[in-house]
Amino acid sequence: MKDEVESREDRVGKLKGLGCSRKRVEDARFTQGKGNYVDDIKLDGMLFGDFVRSPYAHARITGINIDAALKVPGVLAVLTAKDLEPLGLHWMPTLAGDRQMVLADGKVLFQGQEVAFVVAEDRYAAADGIEAVEVEYEELPVLVNPFESLKSDVVLREDTVDEDGAPKDGAHGPRKHHNHIFTWEAGDRDTTEQVISEAEVVAESDMYYHRTHPCPLETCGCVASMDKVNGKLTLWGTFQAPHAIRTVVSLISGIEEHNIRVISPDIGGGFGNKVGAYPGYVCSVVASIVTGKPVKWIEDRMDNLMTTAFARDYHMTGRISATKDGKITGLHCHVTADHGGFDACADPTKFPAGFMNICTGSYDIPTAFLEVDGVYTNKAPGGVSYRCSFRVTEAVYFIERMIEVLAIKLNMDAAELRRINFIRKEQFPYTAALGWEYDSGDYHTAWEKALKAVDYEGLRAEQAQRIEDFKAGKTRKLMGIGLSFFTEIVGAGPVKNCDILGLGMFDSCEIRIHPTGSAIARLGTISQGQGHATTFAQILASEIGLPADSITIEEGDTDTAPYGLGTYGSRSTPVAGAATAMAGRKIRAKAQMIAAYLLEVHDDDVEFDVDRFVVKGAPERFKTMKEIAFAAYNQAIPGIEPGLEAVSYYDPPNMTYPFGAYVCVMDIDVDTGVPEIRRFYALDDCGTRINPMIIEGQVHGGLTEALAVALGQEIAYDDMGNVKTGTLMDFFLPTAWEVPNYETDHTVTPSPHHPIGAKGVGESPHVGGVPCFSNAVQDAFRPFGNVHTNMPHDHWRIWKTAHDLGLHG
Amino acid sequence: MIPASFEYYRPKDLDGVLALLRDHGDDARVMAGGHSLIPMMKLRMAEVPHLIDLQDVAGLRGIEVGAEGIRLGAMVTQSEIIAHDGLAQAAPILREAALQIADPQVRNMGTVGGNVANGDPGNDMPGLMQCLDAAFTLVGPDSERQVAARDFYEAAYMTAREDDEVLTAVTIPLPKGGHAYEKQKRKIGDYATAAAAVQILKEGGSCASASIAMTNLSDTPIFCEEAGAALVGSTLDTAALDAAVAAMQAAIDPSEDNRGPVDFKRHVAGVILRRAIERAWSRA
Ligand SMILES: Cc1cc2nc3c(=O)[nH]c(=O)nc-3n(C[C@H](O)[C@H](O)[C@H](O)COP(=O)(O)OP(=O)(O)OC[C@H]3O[C@@H](n4cnc5c(N)ncnc54)[C@H](O)[C@@H]3O)c2cc1C
Repeated sequence: MKDEVESREDRVGKLKGLGCSRKRVEDARFTQGKGNYVDDIKLDGMLFGDFVRSPYAHARITGINIDAALKVPGVLAVLTAKDLEPLGLHWMPTLAGDRQMVLADGKVLFQGQEVAFVVAEDRYAAADGIEAVEVEYEELPVLVNPFESLKSDVVLREDTVDEDGAPKDGAHGPRKHHNHIFTWEAGDRDTTEQVISEAEVVAESDMYYHRTHPCPLETCGCVASMDKVNGKLTLWGTFQAPHAIRTVVSLISGIEEHNIRVISPDIGGGFGNKVGAYPGYVCSVVASIVTGKPVKWIEDRMDNLMTTAFARDYHMTGRISATKDGKITGLHCHVTADHGGFDACADPTKFPAGFMNICTGSYDIPTAFLEVDGVYTNKAPGGVSYRCSFRVTEAVYFIERMIEVLAIKLNMDAAELRRINFIRKEQFPYTAALGWEYDSGDYHTAWEKALKAVDYEGLRAEQAQRIEDFKAGKTRKLMGIGLSFFTEIVGAGPVKNCDILGLGMFDSCEIRIHPTGSAIARLGTISQGQGHATTFAQILASEIGLPADSITIEEGDTDTAPYGLGTYGSRSTPVAGAATAMAGRKIRAKAQMIAAYLLEVHDDDVEFDVDRFVVKGAPERFKTMKEIAFAAYNQAIPGIEPGLEAVSYYDPPNMTYPFGAYVCVMDIDVDTGVPEIRRFYALDDCGTRINPMIIEGQVHGGLTEALAVALGQEIAYDDMGNVKTGTLMDFFLPTAWEVPNYETDHTVTPSPHHPIGAKGVGESPHVGGVPCFSNAVQDAFRPFGNVHTNMPHDHWRIWKTAHDLGLHG
Repeated sequence: MIPASFEYYRPKDLDGVLALLRDHGDDARVMAGGHSLIPMMKLRMAEVPHLIDLQDVAGLRGIEVGAEGIRLGAMVTQSEIIAHDGLAQAAPILREAALQIADPQVRNMGTVGGNVANGDPGNDMPGLMQCLDAAFTLVGPDSERQVAARDFYEAAYMTAREDDEVLTAVTIPLPKGGHAYEKQKRKIGDYATAAAAVQILKEGGSCASASIAMTNLSDTPIFCEEAGAALVGSTLDTAALDAAVAAMQAAIDPSEDNRGPVDFKRHVAGVILRRAIERAWSRA
């Protein structure tokens, strides 16, 4: 047999398992335009629905006249809140325990809010129908600033007050004011106050992490098809969590869950934007039930930017205390969180501010306190985790800015300050002051490697020279060195404290091995570009000894895939990846029994070796997994059921904690405010590396989105609540032209509790990248007295920093 | 993002275009590359019941570089301008400017005629054509006339062109001396925060003539004669540069938008103009 001459190395190579930069199997169809996205779905008789949206940010609706719209050729129906009310569907629950209007119920709370749903034969007729719907608005005072909202007499949401106008309790406890949503605390308030008041050094900073938007390439949409004959509803859509959507649809529509099939086809990016439920889904389902025809709803770009889930919008105030020589003693953080008109954050139920309490970062900070106040304003709802685990970007930005601010106060090098305060390798598992147990880490090694790679000392020397040249009038460009060290908290999460709408955040994998030694595995997650079909096959290849190329990965169809909570918060590899490995091990356990039977030895006398079981001590006696698979289907083996299948539902014992060290070198033209990124070095430690090429791709993408957010990407409103950045002309999406060459690097600190030691990487570069770009801008101005300026650092804001520091003479 | 419905016409000759314009008056509009018009229609900011596509109209294409000057057919695309070597020799500022417009996809469709006829203060070619002292040929139902680029722009989207006239060509006297098109923008595909077109002739070490026009700093392009005059006769010393910048800043009237507030734009306009002058001078 040929197998006998094959080296072990060759056999490992053939599997294309863990550690192999296997080409993405998805790309053949994506690069040839053969993907199948929701807007590619075309069904017989399919109708198109679209929204009449509010031009006002806050207004009472005094009348809606649909007569003219119904006369537009091709328009079949116009739904308003009145039509949905008898079904109880004019409002829907949000993931954050709040509720949200599906169609404006007497008033609107943000510009672009859904007022009526026009159903027509095609999207052109729908667009004309929208123009013909007459809505009478009575404008109300607009609140776009959360601090003013908390002081205002204007009640944004009548359902937040009782008959006497007093605030009622919200989903997360008492309200401080009628426009207040919740207060969430972590840590020890009194001790923190005491430590800070007694500290040798205290640094303080206010910072605003501006509102932005995930802006996936593909906008949100769905096709709902109610088959009245068999009572089955099929719903295709851009869902990052198809199974959760099925449960939600069942709960709010009353259709039994087995009669609902939710399918996420190919998804063109999600980044958190496609986690929640949108009025478009509900209206499409209702419209399909009403008309008996399939109904499609697809957002355009402006709808997506203006109305679907935004990210960030955190006003943060920090105090950090330290000894004179830089040992941090305490951290205090207060957040005023602007949630817009409805609280539609996508966070685990018990965490209304997500994992903001990871804000002690990578540092051994003995005492800390965090308090978050959620507030209603006249802006779009959302608050999703844009390429990060729940609010981790905000947390990491906060601590990485506070470190810089403290370094300024101490007149200390910020790299050194980090070094002094890192959690040490031997402290892991480490319980942080705000409650999380960090599973593993080796921060000092990563930091030294990063600083050495960029020649940090050399960069600082160059910068010192640059400052002298600038002062001497020889150059108008300053040099900024941005540092950041981040710890992510991903892989939500343990069912004991993580659920969404009561659904535990486990995940799942089901494997079927076919007789000829190939396989299909289905998972509860759904790829939106991450390359699951490639990487999960690699995990399995290493676990079950069949080539990755012989393993199909399928996700996103709730009729076939096992239940799972979907893909966001870098949870797929930590949770579903673990389920995959565990299911693979079940396969292997059965395969071992079959192999032992075939080799006529005891189960314990065979051992797994790459792609086969061998008789211990007699490597020439073996059965390959391919042979074993066949035997599972064609032999009657005493005491063993035929077939070779396994399912695993994995409830992770803990989160995983990827980390990394980033350095950015930037030149800044003080006269025009134009920054030029000269260098970006990114070291990521995501534990075991499944596919280095995909990791690199994820890092590039995440850094590019970080660059966008740090340097210009925002959803800005004027005082009237009008969105000023509703198109891609003003909403900054960088192109290849604006993006630097990234240098990537890594260390490997496997997660001790994950079956293969993997931690997740999709979001790390974004989390670590944003503060790194921002710190580079701020560092350039540090010698001239800058302590903190807010993002986004677009040209005029950088220019203004220079101007305010007197650098324009 | 779906336009109101419209009738679509694709005439083969200019007479066909003029006839349609006559028949439908205000309700008709010509379309060149469509890369300004279609977005406006999709946003329903422009309603065009009768859309006349110029793609098949004979006689509107072609780049001619002669001893006296240059003639660009209205339907010459921005990428054709970039690709044309003779043009790059004769008037290198055209390529330099065109390369800073939008991105390759837009430039494959966008035309010089559409860019100058559009009247959007963000368009780069109007200022460029003012700097070069170009003239636009306008053909109406029974007339043909030439209008200087410097006299063409009245306000945002308001030009000297009558509704029933078609812009058929742009003629440009051969530019002399050094050139520069300097543009600050937020990213590829963005209109200018500030842009300057400069053409300078140097004789015997000093400036013999200078032509300066600015883009996106008022509701029309700003041809700034005083700024050019401030340089003439000088060796482009600091005083002359300061005077040119001051004259330009007195002529512009920027408004605040997402690119930044007025004081920022004024300052950047000064920086950009200074850089453009210095680069043009170095090539003069
Ligand atoms: C993403 C993007 C970025 C862009 N960035 C820039 C930029 O940085 N700088 C820049 O200058 N432009 C920019 N543009 C605009 C682009 O250059 C357009 O193509 C150009 O402004 C118009 O040319 P067009 O041929 O597409 O004209 P169209 O869009 O077809 O027409 C524009 C207007 O001119 C009229 N018109 C066109 N041709 C004639 C004619 N021959 N006679 C009379 N009237 C006519 C039309 O009726 C219409 O009102 C951008 C466009 C996009 C989509």
